Amino acid sequence: MYIATFLQDPDFIRMLYILAFICFIVGLRLLNHPRTARRGNVVAAVGMGIAVTATLLIESVGDYGLIALGIAVGTGVGVPAARNVKMTAMPQMVALFNGVGGGAVALISWSEYRESLDAGGNPALETLIPILLAAIIGSISFWGSNIAFAKLQELLPGRPIQLPGQQFINIALLAVAVGCAVVIASGTESQGLFIAILVAAAILGNMVVLPIGGADMPVVISLLNAFTGLSAAAAGLALDNVALIVAGMLVGASGSILTMLMAEAMNRSIPNIVAGGFGGVAAAAPAAGDGDRGPVRSTDPADVAIQLAYATKVVVAPGYGMAVAQAQHTVRELADELEKRGVRVDYAIHPVAGRMPGHMNVLLAEADVPYDHLKEMDEINPEFPQTDVALVIGANDVTNPAAREQADSPIYGMPILDVDKATQVIVLKRSMNTGFAGIDNPLFYKENTALLFGDAKESVASVLGEVKEL
Amino acid sequence: MDLLTELTILVLAAFVGFEVISKVPNTLHTPLMSATNAIHGIVLLGGLLLIGPAEGFLTELLLVIAIVFGTINVVGGFLVTDRMLEMFRQRKPPPQAEAGESRPELKKAA
Repeated sequence: MYIATFLQDPDFIRMLYILAFICFIVGLRLLNHPRTARRGNVVAAVGMGIAVTATLLIESVGDYGLIALGIAVGTGVGVPAARNVKMTAMPQMVALFNGVGGGAVALISWSEYRESLDAGGNPALETLIPILLAAIIGSISFWGSNIAFAKLQELLPGRPIQLPGQQFINIALLAVAVGCAVVIASGTESQGLFIAILVAAAILGNMVVLPIGGADMPVVISLLNAFTGLSAAAAGLALDNVALIVAGMLVGASGSILTMLMAEAMNRSIPNIVAGGFGGVAAAAPAAGDGDRGPVRSTDPADVAIQLAYATKVVVAPGYGMAVAQAQHTVRELADELEKRGVRVDYAIHPVAGRMPGHMNVLLAEADVPYDHLKEMDEINPEFPQTDVALVIGANDVTNPAAREQADSPIYGMPILDVDKATQVIVLKRSMNTGFAGIDNPLFYKENTALLFGDAKESVASVLGEVKEL
Repeated sequence: MDLLTELTILVLAAFVGFEVISKVPNTLHTPLMSATNAIHGIVLLGGLLLIGPAEGFLTELLLVIAIVFGTINVVGGFLVTDRMLEMFRQRKPPPQAEAGESRPELKKAA
């Protein structure tokens, strides 16, 4: 008996929450450094375990059957999803997990509003305003994340989708959501209005993310992540729960900083991304360089093998295409074979190669590529003029010299890998389709560029075969 | 807890959040985003708090879905982050790191 009252003591629960906060903060801190990152994640997870346990101890918490059901189903869905997702599909998985978080916030705010209506009417403003905020932000985050997922999963085209007068539609939707919220806050008791808020915010979430080009998607996911954090904090204010306030706000703030760091790495500004800047100009861009466009030179595996085998320095620039073809293991075999012949092989990693910052490092690490051969963009770019062969495997936008040369290109100013400065550039490509951003690449038409068409894995394998025969 | 106390906590938590992220190498952007993503799954607690006193089928249904969503967010988020970071551990076998690297192996065995 004594133990039960002690465990349910609100002060004891508050202490457990404090312990959880310490875990979250220390965990995030550890996640800043490669050496300690994995431990940081575990520490944060332990914090979450403590917070959940503490909450289950609270006296007013009941209906354990339903709670167990919810947690069991959630675990049953979440664990296999996280376990089985391919490394290449990681970004959209994160988008999906973010989305369900936002959805949970929206549902919780709706339930709380329903309950206070049942209990006799609108809650006090200090509860009502956070509920309304949580509903708006949570709903935007849920739907926005789902669209981001659909785009990355290629259920929707990665290209920007835009309606005429999009900005006005968005502003109108936001006005509807906020307007309904103000009406409720000024005393109207109406579940219909509350649902209208959720729906308007849902459409807004769709409309905001649809026009954003695929290349900007990582930044958008990070932004939505920060949003979900904020909505969780708002829900915390509504529920008088300090754990939600602290953890939600931690994510809101750290997520915002992270979003800025990511946007910086891509040389894009956040307002620009949200306004769908990529889409607006993309259509006009290809016309720019048409005049000086020569024919494309294609090559064959035997020729590539010779160039590689007799080079002194080869730099591989991998992109999402390599990841999709699962070619990273074959690429490493080819590199091993070349190194046996005294060729130095390095990998040029663009900060956003793949679909997310750091995505390519993960994929190459999976293929046991030695860590010291992975070079970040700033480190490798000065080395391209001394490089004999730059081997571009399934990368497109991140090697597009238009970013450096054509002021009217939508990606102008984005830092790129200067592969075109190598003596010879070999591009492995499936077809002449444009990259994820939907922009033509003048690199393919340069004199020192040759293209090897085909599936990245098969191409690399046949080059490897040819090298072995030499 | 009164509103002002809560707002004080909110503001201070925001500053901690800003400070805790410093010069993160590009490589870690994705795992860090994924970990913070898992942490906002804490909304799960909201579902736990509300479902006991809740009445009516629809409200309870909404809350069970909220708990399912929150759990997916938490469990999936931390697991996926761990899988990403697991990759980074392997890529560090070079000489000096060996002493430090043997520890995770031990953990695995235990």
